[in-house]
Amino acid sequence: MSTTTPEATRTPGARPAPPRRRHRDDTRLALLFILPASVGLLVFLVWPLITGLYYSFTEYAILTPAQWVGLENYRAMLTDPVFWKSLRVTVLYVLINIGVQTVVALLIAVLMQRLTRSTWLRSIVLAPYLVSNVVAAIVFLWMLDSQLGIVNIALQAIGFDPVSFWASETWVIPTVALVNVWRHMGYTALLLFAGLQSIPEQLYEAARTEGAGEWQLFRRITLPLLRPILALVLIMSIIGSFQVFDTISVTTQGGPSDASKVLQMYIYENAFAQYQFGYASALSVALLVILVIITFAQYFLSRAGESDLD
Amino acid sequence: MTTTDAPVTTTARGTAPAPTARPRRRLSPGRLAAWAAMIVILLITIFPFYWMLRTALSSNTALATDPSSLLPVGFSLGGFARVFGLQDVDTAVSQGGSGASINFWRYLLNTVIVATSVTVVQTFSCAMAAYAFSRLRWRGRETVFLVFLAAMMIPQIFTLLPNFVLIKNLHLVDTLLGIMLPSLFISPFAIFFLRQFFNNISREVEEAALIDGASKVRVFFTLILPMSSAPLATLGLLTYMTAWNEYFWSLMVSYSDSSRVLTVALAVFRAQSPNTGTDWAGLMAATLVAALPMLILFALFAKRIVNSIGFSGIK
Repeated sequence: MSTTTPEATRTPGARPAPPRRRHRDDTRLALLFILPASVGLLVFLVWPLITGLYYSFTEYAILTPAQWVGLENYRAMLTDPVFWKSLRVTVLYVLINIGVQTVVALLIAVLMQRLTRSTWLRSIVLAPYLVSNVVAAIVFLWMLDSQLGIVNIALQAIGFDPVSFWASETWVIPTVALVNVWRHMGYTALLLFAGLQSIPEQLYEAARTEGAGEWQLFRRITLPLLRPILALVLIMSIIGSFQVFDTISVTTQGGPSDASKVLQMYIYENAFAQYQFGYASALSVALLVILVIITFAQYFLSRAGESDLD
Repeated sequence: MTTTDAPVTTTARGTAPAPTARPRRRLSPGRLAAWAAMIVILLITIFPFYWMLRTALSSNTALATDPSSLLPVGFSLGGFARVFGLQDVDTAVSQGGSGASINFWRYLLNTVIVATSVTVVQTFSCAMAAYAFSRLRWRGRETVFLVFLAAMMIPQIFTLLPNFVLIKNLHLVDTLLGIMLPSLFISPFAIFFLRQFFNNISREVEEAALIDGASKVRVFFTLILPMSSAPLATLGLLTYMTAWNEYFWSLMVSYSDSSRVLTVALAVFRAQSPNTGTDWAGLMAATLVAALPMLILFALFAKRIVNSIGFSGIK
């Protein structure tokens, strides 16, 4: 990438353009065309990657220049009980969120495949994905309110005790996880639905004439043939899920007593409440490492690149 | 979208030419159960939207005494009045509001400016790059494209803090430009998406224009862009929605009304609850108003957006 700038500056010298235009080398034009995107890439993606890594080795209170402290932040991180707790909380969140979401989305996708291809129905299913996390969080904050929330009133009506979804240490993470399932299940379902469309209908017809039932069709045809797409969707959802922040920032701010302090919340707190940018950067590196490991592990475990159809 | 989606839809349609030809059309018990499950899922999907509306049209006092009614209770437009700043402080407080000033139109304007600028500039800049990667001949093309692809893998979390430092050093904290800048010129995904599409445009049309003496720049503006209006529109819609709903970065960069966007304003509104209890009617009116533009946009372009999803998510 660094070669773009010198070449771009050299262009005035290379001015005499040959009159024959076809099949010539388009280097100058190409550099011009990728210039805006390249500036964005270098300044706001690549450069932050480097500086972020650098900050993680420094003590940096944002107002004073960063001071190199070597591995100090990482040492502190490994002995920081709040870091380990936030890691556990995040993993628990991801497990519940992805577990429920994948099952529900798969169910919706298969139901749609079996019942209807109506765009109308798919639009309704996608609707929650169009509102922001903030909107979803606030609506459920109200619906799951411990006293006036409609869900608790319904629970009481059928004989259960009210649940303080947002204020109980046991309930808060499942609650946040399910709110985000509500927002993302339709989107995930549509991704899987698109994958289902690539399975030839003849396979089902053939299996049906052999007398296979719905469950067998699902187990023997749908699931194996959907596997590559399912794996990709899983990787994407898990990476997204690990970065949960909005819902918690709007509702519990990490409480009660750190029970919902996910990694991103802890990073944000360190950076903007305690001005420890160095430590916050080290925490981000930890999260990045986790995401990279998961991506690779999942890719190889599920042989995501292969399809049984080919 | 029809273009990118065509292979999938045609095969699906092709196998079932006439609905009557399908043997499993009668309502078997299994099918009935499947529809029942589908309806439950649809109810779960829709109910929160209805509840937003129902609460927004109620009054706070009635909500406290009659929380279970499925219809609005103590019908009132007070929630909306508070959101649009049409109530004086005393009325607002007496109706259960916080009385804090809400500069709704300002937040709406800020959000529109951010989302529109990001969508227009980013889509154009990525279209140019995609054209260079798809149709121009130059050395290092594949290598540079790989670098862009790899950038797609960098999770947002990792760039947030360093980008904040950068924006701060540029003295752009608490400005709209500061909010837009990191996503203004690039989305590696957009480049990837458009390059796929440009690759599929027939070369013959382009060659013909070139033989007629048109420059490649001209070909890009007068041929490639118009021929790609459908995917460009879809991409634009998706970008607009993402920008509209973005929260974390805006929260970091914006401190005052001058650069506050709707998502952050909602979170602030929620945090300003009066002592007497949360102003649910006002809060639901606010969420509804904040979400409405996206829902309207979706209602207008539902088909395009829904059909784009398989392609954009996987490929």
